[in-house]
Amino acid sequence: MSVEARERRQPWILLSPALTAVGLLLFVPLMFIVVYSFWLRTATGADQAGFYFDNWNEALTDPFYRDILLSTLRIAAITTIACAVMGYPAAYFIARARSNKALLLLLLMLPFWISYIIRTMSWINILGVSGAVNWLLLNLGIVDEPVQMLYNEPTVILGLVHFLLPFMVLNVYVALEGIDISLEDAACSLGSTRWQAFREVTLPLSLPGLAAGGLLCFVLSAGTYITPLVLGGPTDAMFANLVFEAIITQLNWPLGSALSLMLLAVLGALVLIYNHYLGMAQLMKGLG
Amino acid sequence: MDSTKRYERLRERYLNGDLDRRKFLGLIGAAGLAYGVQTPFSRQALAAAEEVRFDGWGGVVSEAFRKYAFDPYTEKTGVKVVDGTFGGGDEYLSRVKASQEGEYNIAHLSGVFDYARYVNLGLNSTLNEDNIPNLKYVIPKLTDVFRGVTDGKLSCVPYDYGTTGIAYNRKYISDEEAKEKGAKLLIDAAYKGKIGGWSDWRTRVWYASLQTGQDPNNATDMDAVWEAVRTNRDLLLKYWQSGAELMSLLAEEEIYVTEGWSGRIYALQEQGHDIGYIDPPNGFGWQECLFVIKGSPMAEVEELLNFMLAPETSIAVAEGQNYPPALDPNKVDLGKKIPTLPAFDPTGTLDGLTFANPDYWNGHEADWSKTFGRIQKGY
Repeated sequence: MSVEARERRQPWILLSPALTAVGLLLFVPLMFIVVYSFWLRTATGADQAGFYFDNWNEALTDPFYRDILLSTLRIAAITTIACAVMGYPAAYFIARARSNKALLLLLLMLPFWISYIIRTMSWINILGVSGAVNWLLLNLGIVDEPVQMLYNEPTVILGLVHFLLPFMVLNVYVALEGIDISLEDAACSLGSTRWQAFREVTLPLSLPGLAAGGLLCFVLSAGTYITPLVLGGPTDAMFANLVFEAIITQLNWPLGSALSLMLLAVLGALVLIYNHYLGMAQLMKGLG
Repeated sequence: MDSTKRYERLRERYLNGDLDRRKFLGLIGAAGLAYGVQTPFSRQALAAAEEVRFDGWGGVVSEAFRKYAFDPYTEKTGVKVVDGTFGGGDEYLSRVKASQEGEYNIAHLSGVFDYARYVNLGLNSTLNEDNIPNLKYVIPKLTDVFRGVTDGKLSCVPYDYGTTGIAYNRKYISDEEAKEKGAKLLIDAAYKGKIGGWSDWRTRVWYASLQTGQDPNNATDMDAVWEAVRTNRDLLLKYWQSGAELMSLLAEEEIYVTEGWSGRIYALQEQGHDIGYIDPPNGFGWQECLFVIKGSPMAEVEELLNFMLAPETSIAVAEGQNYPPALDPNKVDLGKKIPTLPAFDPTGTLDGLTFANPDYWNGHEADWSKTFGRIQKGY
């Protein structure tokens, strides 16, 4: 075998374990879901194999699914904006810190050491009727009876921000780290204020990081179902809750498959738009 | 024939001159290869019969099973019991449907309708009742309904029963008020934001039937039922998902009233919480069974079921989980605590409890679970 042929094969040999894993654990199950979405649920809960468009017809035409999908995208958008507003200053602070940078990054990563569900449930002990905030308010005499703060849309968004903020901070931090700090000094030496230098130089250069963080926050929050289940009220369901219900409660795997593919298509389209304008490289940097 | 004997015979043939050296070594090599390949799998197969998987409702119920049934059973027989938990019957059925045969063995199912669903999906096994002599202690009415679903045979043993009644915080709601309002307490606007509800469509439809003055096993005005479900939804703080969440919401006073499972509410009362509990007329009665899933190691499973039905085990578990056992009080002395448990029927006839009619509920399952799913989300 020639050297060229061997060199051409080498990347594929090295990639083969990863490609096999992705193929078996992602694409094959995905194909099963695609096939399932064309099946039907019988009255007993058993699946009827075949090629029917009933589930797709229901998923695409029923306003119930459309409304919940739009509501999910709205919550994901609010969460993403909140993460950006809160995450950018934190990332800027870490990137510009002269010392203890490693410690700050470690603190940022600390929440990942605790289960997402536990972190979500911790809000019950903070905001609940018998929680820390109410205890403080009552003891300070600010309120006479506990304030009902849990189980509504704001607490769902709060839980999502709590979960996703580190993803935003890390992505913005990576982008800010790549910017030469002397650029801001150069702008100042040319007459701009610190704020102008930030607005005209640093912010535009860090936008790819902000966009990558935004994409991650948006996709992850749009796909969540635990947070609304734990912190949401009766009507605070998100689209993933519909998938969960179709598959688990109604035992309607075919409809659940169609709904999950619908969500995947919407979020996939967002990723494609992102990739078209900004490319995936920035996202990889943030994830790395 | 085991490998040792096979090797000895081979060696004997070689020594007798029946085999040449090359053939002898070849056969030894092949035997070694076969042994090496087969052994890990045969070990796994044997190991499967050395343990039985049990899935239940978690919390105090699982603790009781572990303490009073599984540990003593393992000590006596050497068969390990692996216990898992689930938050609801629907979720568990989904897991079983997605599993390999034999992965799940025994489930603590609630209601005859769940039994019928598993049977309809072909997930049941048939018990050899001769291997479960302690079945004779069980209230006949409880086994009869299961036999009715599976042509006179059993795929489970009844284990306990209870009710889903109304639980309320006595600090805010008196016993008199609860008794007077009954099921309508759950749609009382005075407690808006302080009412909880199980996110189970059957419970919601059952209680909405009571709130609209209909027979829960034969509601005729479903529009009124769904309207009552909507009214309840608009007054709720939260739909709870599990027994643990139910207990937490009541104990933390996040909610003042909800429907609740009798045993869990008794557990709260035992912990010192001033929680009242009533079963309104036609309240939701249910029985739980230990259901054996298709593909289970039947000998070990039947032995475990017999062990769990032994009066001493069954009574100890019942006292631990706070649900009356399926044992007939006319045949077994149930001790002092069980007669004090909510839902306990001293006659053994269970005539005072209203159970869900499996045909009625399973016949409407597809439509009603979907409709409730929509109403639950504000539609």
